Amino acid sequence: MPHDHHDHLSPSGHPYRADNDGPLTYWQRMEIAVRELLIEKGVVTPAEINAQIDAMDARSPANGAAVVARAWTDADFKARLLADASAASREMGFDIGPLNLIAVENTATVHNLIVCTLCSCYPRNLLGLPPDWYKTREYRSRAVREPRAVLREFGVDLPNDVQVRVHDSTADMRYIVLPARPEGTDVLDEAALAELVTRDSMIGTGLPRNPQ
Amino acid sequence: MSDIDGRRWHDMGGQTAGQIPMEGHDFALWEKRVDALMVLCGGKGLFTVDGLRRALEDMGEDAFEKHTYYERWIASVNQNLIEAGAYTLEELAGKMDEVAARGASYGEAQGDG
Repeated sequence: MPHDHHDHLSPSGHPYRADNDGPLTYWQRMEIAVRELLIEKGVVTPAEINAQIDAMDARSPANGAAVVARAWTDADFKARLLADASAASREMGFDIGPLNLIAVENTATVHNLIVCTLCSCYPRNLLGLPPDWYKTREYRSRAVREPRAVLREFGVDLPNDVQVRVHDSTADMRYIVLPARPEGTDVLDEAALAELVTRDSMIGTGLPRNPQ
Repeated sequence: MSDIDGRRWHDMGGQTAGQIPMEGHDFALWEKRVDALMVLCGGKGLFTVDGLRRALEDMGEDAFEKHTYYERWIASVNQNLIEAGAYTLEELAGKMDEVAARGASYGEAQGDG
């Protein structure tokens, strides 16, 4: 949440967070200095920085889940999503920025997994910031080498007849997985379907929830 | 250096590695500010995501082991901004001294930005 701990406001009116109370590190000192120099030079304003953080905090896997649920219920939208995921996401009002977004579809015979072996590229505009494990040496190294073993660590044990496709993202080209719609969900509407779509199901390290 | 000839440290795909650590953390305010500065400075044309990555990749393998993700990012953002002429190394050093004098915690030193 962007603004919890209202009972512990700093002198500037911003909430302290628990991790603001540790000893000041060299790199935190550099962040403060860089930010203040940019403000003093008129490059950025405090309002712009706060607005950017609020926009970042507002992004969550719920955005991606809404796109997935739309694709599950609207065949024309799904076709547009698979043709151009950036344009289809913008159609739903999500800011995708300049990046190329590609949706890859899971089926009964194909399972997709996304990774960024070189750094941490991630469909952050639809899913928020990446989880820590996505940025680790272990995930980046092994996702392209032994994806089935990686998936088992996430609790996903795929039959051998399901083909696994691993997509390596770049700064300019990001992927999102369109998971397969779970069985037994014919009676659910779009909003209820979106509740089944987890973050990991859109990375490929998980599957959607089953309906209650 | 990596264990595969010709690769730089960040080019990790396909190497062997241990079990994936699943623990995560909530992003701290200072980390979100680093991210915001990257996005905003990129939008203003001061540097590009390629510039960010170039400085990260030049750090060498031990940077990945010794520093956290956003520690590497602020180092790269700072290097790119100095190269772009946004401020000088001397201005940075003076400001970092000023920040240190404000207090011992991030909450005390963060300023009102």
